[in-house]
Amino acid sequence: MKDYSQAPVLARRAVLKGAATAGVAGIGLATMGSFAFADADTKDWPEKAFKEKSEADALKDLYGKTAEPSDKIMLEAPEIAENGAVVPVSVTSSLPNVTAVAILVLDNPNTLVAAYKIPEGTEPSVANRLKMAKTSKVVAVVESGGKLYSASKEVKVTVGGCGG
Amino acid sequence: MASTIRVRAVANGDATEVQSLIQHPMDSGFIKDSKGELIPAHHIEVVTFEHGGKTVFTALWGPAVSKDPYVKFKFKGGKKGDELKVSWVDNKGKSDSLVAKIQ
Amino acid sequence: MRKLLLAALLIAGTAQAVSAAETVDPQKDLKSFREYFTSRFPKVQLDDFVNGPYSMDEGLRAQWKAIDEFPPYEFAIEKGKEMFATPFKNGKSYGDCFADKGIGVRQNYPYFDTDKGEVITLELALNRCRQANGEQPYSYTKDEMSALTAYMAFTSRGKRFDIKIPNDPRALAAYKKGEEYFYTRRGQLNFNCATCHVQNPGNHIRTEVLAPALGIVAAMPIYRSNWGGMGTFSRRITSCNTQVRASSLPPQDELYRDVEYYLTYMGNGLPVSGPGARP
Repeated sequence: MKDYSQAPVLARRAVLKGAATAGVAGIGLATMGSFAFADADTKDWPEKAFKEKSEADALKDLYGKTAEPSDKIMLEAPEIAENGAVVPVSVTSSLPNVTAVAILVLDNPNTLVAAYKIPEGTEPSVANRLKMAKTSKVVAVVESGGKLYSASKEVKVTVGGCGG
Repeated sequence: MASTIRVRAVANGDATEVQSLIQHPMDSGFIKDSKGELIPAHHIEVVTFEHGGKTVFTALWGPAVSKDPYVKFKFKGGKKGDELKVSWVDNKGKSDSLVAKIQ
Repeated sequence: MRKLLLAALLIAGTAQAVSAAETVDPQKDLKSFREYFTSRFPKVQLDDFVNGPYSMDEGLRAQWKAIDEFPPYEFAIEKGKEMFATPFKNGKSYGDCFADKGIGVRQNYPYFDTDKGEVITLELALNRCRQANGEQPYSYTKDEMSALTAYMAFTSRGKRFDIKIPNDPRALAAYKKGEEYFYTRRGQLNFNCATCHVQNPGNHIRTEVLAPALGIVAAMPIYRSNWGGMGTFSRRITSCNTQVRASSLPPQDELYRDVEYYLTYMGNGLPVSGPGARP
């Protein structure tokens, strides 16, 4: 469910402060965002990105860009998850100069699940275990040479028939 | 108290493969307890892996990462006997770290 | 007429007692139990049955392999090892209650204690060990108990189950009671254990794949993603009862121990695979 509560408030603020001010403020925030993320030594956690409901918003918060599909990303995830609480997912890429990998589950309450920083010398390859609320597309995003690429796969999630 | 972090770091040729398993509830904040009350979100936010004074991998996790979270990655360099430091911090400000030896 | 009826009942009663003693042949039962599963699933390696649903479904198997690479029950094994190394307040420790200091013995449980005339499971033995040494017993279903049995199972990994049924009418009776429970329908859903685990292994119950009864206790204790933690046979059987809308007995009730005795014996010769990871 999308949280539209933020949008009208910001729009209102922009009108009150005047378009120019809002524009400058906007640029300032965006710059701050990407610096905070680019600095590998900070313990900054991208709170806003982790609260987004859409892939586009999460990627914008994290990287300030949108992703284009690529066949050079290998996303491994099961067809049918044995249990939505622990779904093994791995991402590998043959793209060059990879600096980040992110994994999103489009139909989770918050779409961004994990984001990884890949310094030079570290392989563009991550395996992890995620929670999926229901059947959904899983999207793997890779930042390569300053651009974003993605691949997706649908994973079916069923509720365990026998419960606890 | 025993560390919450378990690490297996194996050097193979010019690369080291790292697997780590961390004991943590990773409560999403969406689940209710037996009394019907929401269990507040309690999850790891950042995990840092360092080798030779350099950060070789950083994980930024949200509450949708599974309980007792696992991650695997590979970095160039590292040889048997080297130290690998793993540290995490969660949304409640709790943290833990471990120095493991590369096998 | 009445005399005839009474006589008939008497004969029937006697005949039953005689035939009961004659027909309890665990070895024969084991052979036909095993053959039922191996002939129904000819492509499954005998040892693989201990992997439960993963022996039945390739998609599930791949996910299990991914998780088993660095499984979440590692913490339980580590905790169990620590507990084994920590003495009780009186200076004794768990190892003093078991053969071989409790290392590599899981495949011999449960066993029939001819002195006490009852089935002793690993969990029961552990709590009795605690109580004999002035410690409080643990819950039978999870937490500390499952950490202890996870460690003990781990030290027996690969060893073949070797449950003994001594030539003692009480042991045979316990075995028989366990078998009877297994095949008795119960609960609002009117299922018996066999409904799922003998008639429908590999099939789905709603959305879960059912495990075969052959070797079904070999992976105990298990870390279930569903539970987000560890559980023992007691945990699983009490919840199974609830799921078919039947009343459950207290964990380690004598009847449950008889069931575990019967089921584990049926898996004799198969390897200990515990602790295990399950959906």
